[in-house]
Amino acid sequence: MKRLAIPALLALLIVGCSSTPDADQAAAPVDSRGNDGKVATVTAGNMDSRKLPPELTDPKNILSKRSIYFDYDKFDIKPEYRDLVAAHAKFLTGHRQFKMLIQGNTDERGSREYNLALGQKRADAIKKQLVLLGAREDQVESVSLGEEKPKNPGQNDAAWAENRRGDMLYSGEF
Amino acid sequence: MFRTPLSLRGLSLIACSVLASLALSSAHAELTIEITGAGANRIPVAIADFGGDLGSARAITTVVRSDLERSGLFQLIDPAGAALTENTAPAFADWKNRGADALAAGSVSPVNGRQEARVRLYDINRQTSLGGAAFTTSTAMLRAAGHRIADFIYEKLTGESGVFATRIAYVVKNGPARYELHIADADGQNAQAALISREPIISASWSPDGSRLAYVSFENKKPVIYVHSLASGKRTVIANFKGSNSAPAWSPDGQKLAVTLSKDGGSQIFTINADGSGVQRLTTNSGINTEPFFAPDGQSLYFTSDRGGSPQIYRTGVNGGDVQRVTFEGSYNVSPRISPDGKTMAFISRRDGGFRLAVMDLASRQVQVLTDSHKDESPSFAPNGRMILIATELGGRGVLSAVSVDGRIKQRLSIPAGDVREPAWGPYLR
Repeated sequence: MKRLAIPALLALLIVGCSSTPDADQAAAPVDSRGNDGKVATVTAGNMDSRKLPPELTDPKNILSKRSIYFDYDKFDIKPEYRDLVAAHAKFLTGHRQFKMLIQGNTDERGSREYNLALGQKRADAIKKQLVLLGAREDQVESVSLGEEKPKNPGQNDAAWAENRRGDMLYSGEF
Repeated sequence: MFRTPLSLRGLSLIACSVLASLALSSAHAELTIEITGAGANRIPVAIADFGGDLGSARAITTVVRSDLERSGLFQLIDPAGAALTENTAPAFADWKNRGADALAAGSVSPVNGRQEARVRLYDINRQTSLGGAAFTTSTAMLRAAGHRIADFIYEKLTGESGVFATRIAYVVKNGPARYELHIADADGQNAQAALISREPIISASWSPDGSRLAYVSFENKKPVIYVHSLASGKRTVIANFKGSNSAPAWSPDGQKLAVTLSKDGGSQIFTINADGSGVQRLTTNSGINTEPFFAPDGQSLYFTSDRGGSPQIYRTGVNGGDVQRVTFEGSYNVSPRISPDGKTMAFISRRDGGFRLAVMDLASRQVQVLTDSHKDESPSFAPNGRMILIATELGGRGVLSAVSVDGRIKQRLSIPAGDVREPAWGPYLR
């Protein structure tokens, strides 16, 4: 995810909204008639800051790490990623207004649709762990990109290992 | 408007006007076809040069000959410039000496601003006519008439329906952020882009009447299922639930689709009406259930699941219930597609580390692996069930391949410098 490295761009993508920090969904559309034609700005994702907090992007902070790598045809989270998942669960628990999109990915071997389902399993595994550790179900959506968006287009073991991955993206990053 | 009594006249007008009205943008890179195998007993057939306006006649003659030759079922006999049309009595002895079992002769002529192509087919050994046909098109769609004539000859000589006048869909990837969903004639010509996107497009599936395609598009940063009307370009989102939405497959009556949704956890198979209403869950297993495909009788669904520990193909009723495992050989069997007669299943099987096209006779459960490729994907049957179109890889590039169900005939369809994938063979044009 190239965007993770560009906090300035993220800041541009995120617009403030202070009215409904705890709503389950984006704020409902507001009827603006009788209001001098003014239009209420509705921001999806319930962001309440103008940019992501520095802890999510500071390279020294574990929260700046967003990728979890998987073994071939596997979807279990390896022990080395437990701290990373726990850190994000803690962040989501302490920042209920934040939402996360988890994108599961696979290497290119095998059926595209089966890989889409496998990527979903990986994303679901990360979500399950986050929720178990305190994140709210409706804070996290897990989806799959299957083999369609490889980070490394190579056709070798190293490239494939890079592509068997789940990415955790916060509101404004997707 | 027909000058001679001909047997297939009813077919032409509707189909050709539908083709002519397609509002698709033109795509430049066209598929080229290379034949890498042929049937064992090819029928020797001569196609005389069509009579009439030289340019139009040559266009029709070329389409008919290349269609028949590409099928791998015919051996084309050189007509040596013999001048005859559908109205000429052929010199049967001469054609017999040239080795032809059958001869087709015809002509093309303008009628009311359109082109009318006529053909008559002869059995050389029995010295009889096998019948004739006529098709009218706009001049721009002359190739369509050629495909219809090739279908007529194919059907008369083989006893099964031809698929030369059908169309295929496939995705071309041009660079990292340009995906084009193309519709082309079955010979790869006349390609038009139905959708151009910066994000991937996969899993195209033709509606049974050939007017619409369902597919999965990632344009919203996640997989969402669309139904796209080809003539108008109108698109409808039919599944955009929380999580992933994928693997659309039409029911044989065109009323609904089977899809894979992750909204309830895991990847589950649902049916959904073609307008996105009436979502019904079919599978309940918590693992992966995907790649649904309706049996042609509409009563059962084949799908891929990892419920047994590895990806295998299963079958269930359209209303859910009993699930039977279908594949047992090997540790990776995916992407089931059932032949139009319901007797054969094409699928992708991992063998010796390669992903290969295989077919199973559903009555005997006998499996035959048809290729020795390493990356076959996305099979689809031609509507007459004789060929299977797949995506495969050659020299690091995606190409399409059509393989006969007996594995003897292989055609490769590629675009110079383009990456082609996700093919789907369309239905007969009615």
